[in-house]
This record gives sequence, structure tokens and C-alpha cells, in this order.
Amino acid sequence: MNNVFVYCEIEGTTVKDVALELLTKGRKLANTLGVQLECIIAGSGLDGVENQVMKYGVDKVHIFDAEGLFPYTTNPHTSLVVNLFKEEQPQICLLGATVIGRDLGPRVSSALFSGLTADCTELEIGDFDMKVKNEDGELVTKHYEQQLYQIRPAFGGNIVATIVNPEHRPQMATVREGVMKKEVLDENYKGEVIRHDVAKYVPETEYVVKVLDRHVEEAKHNLKGAPIVVAGGYGMGSKEGFDLLFQLAKELHAEVGASRAAVDAGWVDNDRQIGQTGVTVRPKVYIACGISGQIQHIAGMQDSGIIISVNCDPDAPINTIADYVITGTVEEVLPKLIKYYKQNNK
Amino acid sequence: MSLKIVVLAKQVPDTRNVGPDAMTAEGTVNRAALPAVFNPDDLNALEQALILKDKFPGSTITVITMGLPKASAIIREALFRGADKGYVITDRPLGGADTLATSYTLAQAIKKIGEVDIILGGRQAIDGDTAQVGPQIAEKLGLTQVTYAEEILSLDEATKKIVIKRHIDGGVETVEAQFPLVITVNGSAAPCRPANAKRIMAYKRAAIPEWNAQDIECDPKQIGKAGSPTNVKAVKNIVFKAKESRTLTGSDEDINGLIVELLDEKIIG
Repeated sequence: MNNVFVYCEIEGTTVKDVALELLTKGRKLANTLGVQLECIIAGSGLDGVENQVMKYGVDKVHIFDAEGLFPYTTNPHTSLVVNLFKEEQPQICLLGATVIGRDLGPRVSSALFSGLTADCTELEIGDFDMKVKNEDGELVTKHYEQQLYQIRPAFGGNIVATIVNPEHRPQMATVREGVMKKEVLDENYKGEVIRHDVAKYVPETEYVVKVLDRHVEEAKHNLKGAPIVVAGGYGMGSKEGFDLLFQLAKELHAEVGASRAAVDAGWVDNDRQIGQTGVTVRPKVYIACGISGQIQHIAGMQDSGIIISVNCDPDAPINTIADYVITGTVEEVLPKLIKYYKQNNK
Repeated sequence: MSLKIVVLAKQVPDTRNVGPDAMTAEGTVNRAALPAVFNPDDLNALEQALILKDKFPGSTITVITMGLPKASAIIREALFRGADKGYVITDRPLGGADTLATSYTLAQAIKKIGEVDIILGGRQAIDGDTAQVGPQIAEKLGLTQVTYAEEILSLDEATKKIVIKRHIDGGVETVEAQFPLVITVNGSAAPCRPANAKRIMAYKRAAIPEWNAQDIECDPKQIGKAGSPTNVKAVKNIVFKAKESRTLTGSDEDINGLIVELLDEKIIG
């Protein structure tokens, strides 16, 4: 009871990285709270799936293995999570901020009347004081211990908001892939495995959506794992401007990323977006070209090794976290970077 | 048979239209420089509704929004583009709502409209990016949902079957569901048709009806701040720990020097 739960998303029978990252984080939260870490895996043909997750320090793996649970559809997964949570009363539930997590999380929160914070960039445990009215209508301070701090950049500039849900359980949060780090706790960690009778949790009437056709492709790029990332923002000026970035990236064996403004402008595919609502990267070198550096973007790249900013505005916010600031236009600087890299790298 | 369609819409600050005045000197958003607009994904949802109306003449499209009275501007815009009617749900006790309280309120409004076949909304709003309200409404109404929809491929009135193409992580999926249901539509779906001149003339001065919490029979415990499980504990301005940075110009000498340094230190190879 009152444990930390992670909903583990799968592709086929493989648990996704984002789930393993959340298990790593969930283990730490559970340790701070002095409770157990549990997880849910739902799909078809899941023999031995527990071996993929146990080593991250899971105390209890709840497996729901039945025909019709993979590919994911909303109702059966909602039903099994909601019914399990009614029994187990978790205090925290973490999900990936993926298409599935963002489809399932709000459903579960709506059914259980619990708070859900999307796209958190940090999760911590701490106390919370709230002003509430007592029976006599006076304002008094109510103290809540060991709440989940759900931390995320908020709309409106360089602002980070800490959200808490003091009165409702579970405290739910989604986190994007790559935001938390995945770390094996102990290769021989032994937790309990529970294979649930799916029919007890999911009435037959819940299988209402049929997946007729499904195509999943490997990502066309390796932005997350690239040692060098060359990223462009609104200052690139156009789609053609991005061609210059792709040229530089090709020379440096780098991947191309982008800020949200550049993606919204339609200059580059949205799967290259770096930041809170895109990919989080930690490359050796990050070259930000024409990116002003809103908090949402910085949240996705601040742990990069060396940060180089190319910007015609010497006061661009990103410059404060850069190791090298090149003040100049991208049209001027990028061709020179290409030229001198070619000249010197022989 | 004709369809009864509801489109969920939100008026949001236009974070996409970032001009030179979008940020203040302190690095915060200059709200005055960001006009309030129809949330982009909701326009894609409206277009899907209009496509259905084209295919099934006699269908009705009702647009609802929760917000300040001035949110009537987006209802009017929806009428210009082809919606049949719309309501602004506005009331002081509704303020301070998180996604859950918002979804409850909108679900109550949908119940008042009654016997709806298809509820369409944008995948997410650009001022929060949570993508929660659509699924939360579906749960409150006991309906199924198809999120991240790209296109409605077919709809059969007799069997109530609807086939939808949707995005999933790293790919696409085609699903078959039965209506009534909730569909949330991606910004990459078909763009919304423009306003129609005749409709502008017809609706320019039309009164946009308002509903308050009582009109839609809201439980006071489930709306506004009271109905919101999430609380903002703190809002912090982030001051980045300034690194000791080297400032260079775009001159040939500076760029050449940087490349040589990075190569020498094996930072790039």
C-alpha cells in the first residue's frame, strides 16, 4: 500500500527506455519515502518480461498478459490500471510523456480524481504548507509531509513551477524520454512477480477499439545518442537556413536539432525538437545557432558538455550558459565553421 | 442520419507568433505583444468536424470554450468558418481550474448539449501542452477516445463505426472505434478552411450565448480551484548560473582559432 508505481510501456515485448528511466527515478523516490517500488507491464506474450525491469530495483512487478493488450488501446489499459490502483492505493504514479502515457495518464487521473502534471523535468520529495479554512472559517496553515514535487517549466519566460497534489492520491506525473537517467541498481535484485488474471480487471466490453494497421519505424536519426548536436532556432531564418546546419552537421558527424520556434515555423521535422516537450540531449558538444534560449529549450540541453552559441544578439539568454559565445549572424559564422573545420581537420 | 458534433476550443496567447517584442528585457513573455488566438490544434479539430458535415449534410457543429467572456471571439471565428453554434462557459467560480476541473466543466456542458455523436478537440493547447483535457472528458463521459488523430478515414452511420488514422511514437496506426467517442486532433492534420464572407456578414454581430456553472449543473466541489487536485507550490524565476564564457566575433581569425582549439583538445574530431 502507498507505494511508488511506474507504468511500463512496451513495444512488442520490450520495455521502453523511458520506463527504465522512470524506474531508476522511482527507486530513488521510494527510498526517500521508505516505501516499495512497483511497476505495471501490460501486453501479450510477456513470459520473462520481469527480467528486463527487476535490476532497476523493482520490489513488485504486476504483469497483465492477455490477447488484446498489445498493441495498446485506451480502455483496457485504463481499466487495469484504475482497478489495480483502487486495490493498491499508490501514493505516486509515473508514466512516460509518450503518446501512450499522454493517452492513459489523463484517463486514470480523471477516473481516480487525482492530479497529473505533464512533462516534468524534475521530481523531488518535500513538505508543503497550504492555507486552508478550518471549521470556523478561519484561514489556517495545513502542513503536508513528503509530497511529490512535480517540477516543470511554465509558460511565460524563464519560470519553473513546482506542482503538488496534497489532497489526492496517486500523485501522477509524466516525464519525457531521456529526461531522467537510467541506471541498473543491482543485476541480482529480487522482487516479487504477480501475474494477474486480466479478466478480473478488464471486462470484455472494454475491448472497443481495434487496431487495424500499425507501422513503427526506427528513428531516422540518433539525436539522443549523438556526441555532437548542431541545433537551429528561429534565428536560422528559413528552411534554407537549415540546409546550412545540415551541412555543418555532416562535416562534424553531428546530428541536427531544433528549437520549438524553428519546428513551429515548419523548417524542420518535429522529431528533432530539443527541449521540455521534445528530446532531451546530453552531447559532448552542443552548437546552438540562432537560438535565444527559452527555459523550455534549455531544459533539454543544459547538461551538454561544451555549449557553443552562435547568435547575433550578444544578450541572448542562452549565452549565459554557453562556454563559447560567437556574436555574429548564422549566415556569416556557419560557412566559416565549415570552412575552417575542413581546413584544419586533416 | 446526421451527426451531432461538438468541438472543444480554447483561446490562448499566441506563443507561435514570436516577433521581436515577444520577450521583455527581463526575459519574460510580453503578453501584450502576444494576441489571444484560437488554439491552433483546435482549428484542425474544427476542420475534421467540417469535413464530416460536408459528408453528412444536416449535421450540426457546436463549439464550446471555457474562459473569459472575451473568448467569444473564437466562437465567432468558428461560426465564420462554418460551425453552427457555440457557447462560452464563463463564471467566476470556474477560475483557477486545472485540467481535471476544466474537463469536468466541459463534460457537464456536453451533457447539457446531449446525445452527441462525436466530440473533437485539438490534441493540446499551446499555453500548457498537457494534452490532458480531451482524455479526461472522455473518461468523465464514459466514452472511448482516439488521441493524436490525423484523419478520419471513414464513418459508417448504420454500424456507428469510425476508422481513424493516428500518430503513435515513431509511426502511424489505423484504428476502428464506435461512436459516440472523443477524438483529439494533431496540428499536422488538415488545416482549417478560412472564414466565409457570407458567414462573416451573418455572424459579425450575432450574440454568443454564455453558460455559467449553474446553467450546466456543476457540482461546486468539482469546478475551479476546489475541483483541482494540483496546486502550484512555487513559481521560481530561473537565473542561470553564468558560466565563464569566451566571447568571440564572427571574424575569420576568431572562428579559425576556435576550430583549432576544439580540434587540439579533441573536443571535436
